[in-house]
Amino acid sequence: MEMFKGYDPGKFYDEMFGEDGTVRNHCAPLLQKFGNLDQKDFLARKANSELYFLRQGITFNVYHDDQGTERIFPFDPIPRVMPASEWEHLEAGLTQRIVALNLFLHDIYHDQQILKDEVIPRFYIEQAKHYRPEFRGVDVAADIYIHICGSDLIRGADGIYYVLEDNGRCPSGASYLLENRNALKRAFPGIFETLGVRPVDSYPRDLLNMLHHISPRRDGDPVCVLLTPGCHNSAYFEHCYLAREMGIDIVEGKDLAVVDKFVYMRTTRGLVRVDVIYRRIDDDFIDPVVFRKDSVLGVPGLMNAYKAGNVSLANAVGTGVADDKVIYYFVPKMIEYYLGQEPILPNVPTYLASEEADMKFILANLPELVVKAANESGGYGMLMGPAASKDEIAAFRERIIADPRNYIAQPVISLSRSPTWCEGAMEGRHIDLRPYIIYGKDVKIVPGGLTRVALTKDSLIVNSSQGGGSKDTWVLRH
Amino acid sequence: MLSRVANTLYWMVRYVERADNLARLIDVNRQLLLDFESLDTERLRGFWQPIILSTGDEEDFNKLYDHTGSDEVTRFLTDDPRNPNSITSCIALARENARTVRDQLSDELWEELNALYLFSRSDEARRLIDSDAQRYYEMIRRSAVTFLGIAASTTSRNEAWEFMDLGRHLERADKTTRFLDVSSYLPPSEDGMEAVSPSILHGTAILRSCGAMGAFRAAQREINAEGVVDFLIFAKDFPRSVRYCIEKVDNSLHLISGTPRGAFSNEAERESGRLLAELNFGSTEDVFEAGLHDYLDALQGRFNHIGGEIFETYVLMPERIQTSPGPKPPTFSDAALWRMEQQQHQSQK
Repeated sequence: MEMFKGYDPGKFYDEMFGEDGTVRNHCAPLLQKFGNLDQKDFLARKANSELYFLRQGITFNVYHDDQGTERIFPFDPIPRVMPASEWEHLEAGLTQRIVALNLFLHDIYHDQQILKDEVIPRFYIEQAKHYRPEFRGVDVAADIYIHICGSDLIRGADGIYYVLEDNGRCPSGASYLLENRNALKRAFPGIFETLGVRPVDSYPRDLLNMLHHISPRRDGDPVCVLLTPGCHNSAYFEHCYLAREMGIDIVEGKDLAVVDKFVYMRTTRGLVRVDVIYRRIDDDFIDPVVFRKDSVLGVPGLMNAYKAGNVSLANAVGTGVADDKVIYYFVPKMIEYYLGQEPILPNVPTYLASEEADMKFILANLPELVVKAANESGGYGMLMGPAASKDEIAAFRERIIADPRNYIAQPVISLSRSPTWCEGAMEGRHIDLRPYIIYGKDVKIVPGGLTRVALTKDSLIVNSSQGGGSKDTWVLRH
Repeated sequence: MLSRVANTLYWMVRYVERADNLARLIDVNRQLLLDFESLDTERLRGFWQPIILSTGDEEDFNKLYDHTGSDEVTRFLTDDPRNPNSITSCIALARENARTVRDQLSDELWEELNALYLFSRSDEARRLIDSDAQRYYEMIRRSAVTFLGIAASTTSRNEAWEFMDLGRHLERADKTTRFLDVSSYLPPSEDGMEAVSPSILHGTAILRSCGAMGAFRAAQREINAEGVVDFLIFAKDFPRSVRYCIEKVDNSLHLISGTPRGAFSNEAERESGRLLAELNFGSTEDVFEAGLHDYLDALQGRFNHIGGEIFETYVLMPERIQTSPGPKPPTFSDAALWRMEQQQHQSQK
């Protein structure tokens, strides 16, 4: 137990230790293995895993950094462990959620029954920044809109998992999930064999099967490609990694051409038809003819081919409406409306600034709340009430009053913590969980997901752009 | 394969090869100078100036430095970030190319190049350049050779490989001519100063740095200027001779297009075939008749022509449509823009 001597779980939900300081049952075998290491050995193994990331080039680019330097995504070698029963619960809840979200997207891009039945006020949809009314009536392959979803889950002091947001556009990070496992296997060989940890390596296969499933072409093998904004994108490593694991070509916009509503890629042997595009470019940039005219990353004419049903996109165009934090508020209602079921995973309690009663509550309690802009991500555009200065709170108050449609507020959830190696000692750090849900012929979720950790003491912000790191996530067989 | 990927693989390997050859070129000169015990500044300049002239970078060099001494030239060619053709710049460019086609490379191959890149930017490298330069150049060369070895043992012999091989052999042929060209700029021997003329010492140094001493001796008896030229341009089976490299280029081009050797289906094949025939049937007489420098200069022009035609054929003009219902070929509105971008890329050599 040398490594964990003096560890203080604090007043939070600790993933490894109970309130009385005793180790949770499902973590006991792990703790025994790690706890018996001496610090020197542990640090050598940690350095080994970091070298692996550096040599593999598993880095991200930091924007606004003049030197264009690449950094390693900080990796903490202490895994987050989850018993089988807990994972089953999450899996059921996430599956229910992605099915409902897809029914919702199909509905609002077709008959809009949910608006007619006034379950969601029409106003919220029509004013959603990423709603694409011009795509109403367009049919997509297998009626699937969100093929890959990266829902963020957090766990409160009560130990309950909440859905914080659904990322239904181009969620990133899956490659880190896979490489975290590789790094840990290298640093601690043999540790997995006896502990019954479920493998995660099926992800690329599941992804490729899904892409094949949505191909518009039924004869022969479909040609699938991954469309990247290019090597200067912060997630470029991931794009290459996934393309290689799936054995498909990674293309940039300029590699594709649209001819008579069919999409082709430019090869040394001429133009080759493309059937499915796993795109890692946002709607805004994907086709300069339809969306942003100044985009040089996209493919002119792509939307024509897409509307004609000659090419499938994963994810579909227009899913961003479901990422709107105001629409998020309605997901439990969607589950009830479309599936007639109780939501398995709750939302974080949310207040909508454009509802009068909620607005009153928000303005009266700003110092205690988290306020978020409806369409920002990455930890930007938000107010952490308890940590904010008076001026910041006043500034946000004005913004909320000026544009209530675009703000929501939530109570501060003190995220659960996990023991994390912090410069010389094991300390508790806040974590969240991003599972990757794939929706093709059926729903596949790789066991666990990416556990992100806020490395700064007491910070609740886990985003890599703001000092976050990650951990391997272990789902146990039993 | 994707045209862009073919182009990127080609340049990735060219830059590695370029870094390797620069390390050799500098080493040649350092070895050469070991044979001259006392040189005054003016004489010393006479030995470093040709390096800059042969790489064709004198304009850039003169903008950055006032003086052509060994420190300035080695710095300029080794780790000056302002020189896009320095060893460290080439390694960074090779690695940047590799990064964009990471999915095509084996893990080992990427790791080797990435490790070379990390080394080239490390404090250790900086320290070695100052304190033990020979060791530094050796490490660069070793890593470059390891890179090629890993590539050879982990890459399927498909189009990707052929494009990489094209890049390697075109670059190598070009650099071999530049090695030789150095001797056409060398100062004449001064009576009583040296026992052997600089061009012969230079010939020896070139052969040594190419690891060609044994092969040369097996093929020719004694070292003289003509023999070295003959060997490095016309040797049939030495892997750094121009003829050997062009034979490889011609072979790769035909493997890519599927056209039988001796025939051609594009301008690149036509030019490589014509050049190969001249090399197969040529001799040093042609070289000295034209003058060594002019002959080498003409060769470099033809390598560039082949490179340009490869780009035209496989990157700029993939208009034929496969497996499609047969719509007519498109006209690309962004082709001009793309050409510009790629040219900018190429002009960095």
